[in-house]
Amino acid sequence: MDRESQGRPPLRQALRSVSVPALAAVAAGGAIGALARYGLTVAFPAAPGAFPVATFTANTVGGLLIGALMITVTEVAPGLGRIRPFVGVGILGGFTTFSTYILDIGRTASAGATALAVVYAFTTIAAALLAAAVAMYATRRLLVRRRA
Amino acid sequence: MTLLLVAAGAAIGAPARFLTDLVVAHYAGRYLPWGTLIVNVVGSGLAVFLVVTVTNADWTALLVTGFCGALTTYSTLSYETLMLVETGRWRHALWNVSANLAGGLGAGLLGFALAHLVTG
Repeated sequence: MDRESQGRPPLRQALRSVSVPALAAVAAGGAIGALARYGLTVAFPAAPGAFPVATFTANTVGGLLIGALMITVTEVAPGLGRIRPFVGVGILGGFTTFSTYILDIGRTASAGATALAVVYAFTTIAAALLAAAVAMYATRRLLVRRRA
Repeated sequence: MTLLLVAAGAAIGAPARFLTDLVVAHYAGRYLPWGTLIVNVVGSGLAVFLVVTVTNADWTALLVTGFCGALTTYSTLSYETLMLVETGRWRHALWNVSANLAGGLGAGLLGFALAHLVTG
């Protein structure tokens, strides 16, 4: 055994801890989330050089929902932790996207709307973070009220 | 048909993200969210490469909208960044957002250049 691997258990042990039902839940959730995202792009098609509304909406709403979900499963009801692979990693991970966000920035910039591409890049970051922060705060407030 | 292709691509992309995060965390730990950074950078580069090289709409739905869309994530990026903020690690939070954005854009440019080399 080399010195590097002495500190931690072998990778296959970590991988063995992943159950097949959990992987299936992530896959199924991912498919559902991606379909919802695709539905948004059909409802709000991205015109070249215009603000990419669909991806912006998915990433912001996804931020709101992950904030509420994570506070719920870590602080409100830890017993619900088992829904995290399906809802958090699967549905919300599949619903939100970073690759389409990068594609949007490139498409908007190459359509000549460079300023809009920069605005889109930073408003998405701000809106997604703000949405997640508001949801985390609101979920905690509900928790405190419930316990009082 | 398009719906099925998007769903199929995502059904591979989401577990690929889950497993990548597990493997990366096994080696790099969870002090910084390297797993999400890696899927977002790799997925962005791959998406740009595929958008240029693949002209068939069905393949694009499967590989770009489905697979790359679900391989990458914004919700986990947002949550992990806020967790860094909550523990007072503002500089790491700023690093995380900057690394994802710069890494994603850099990988996108690389994917674009490679795609044009391939297609000529």
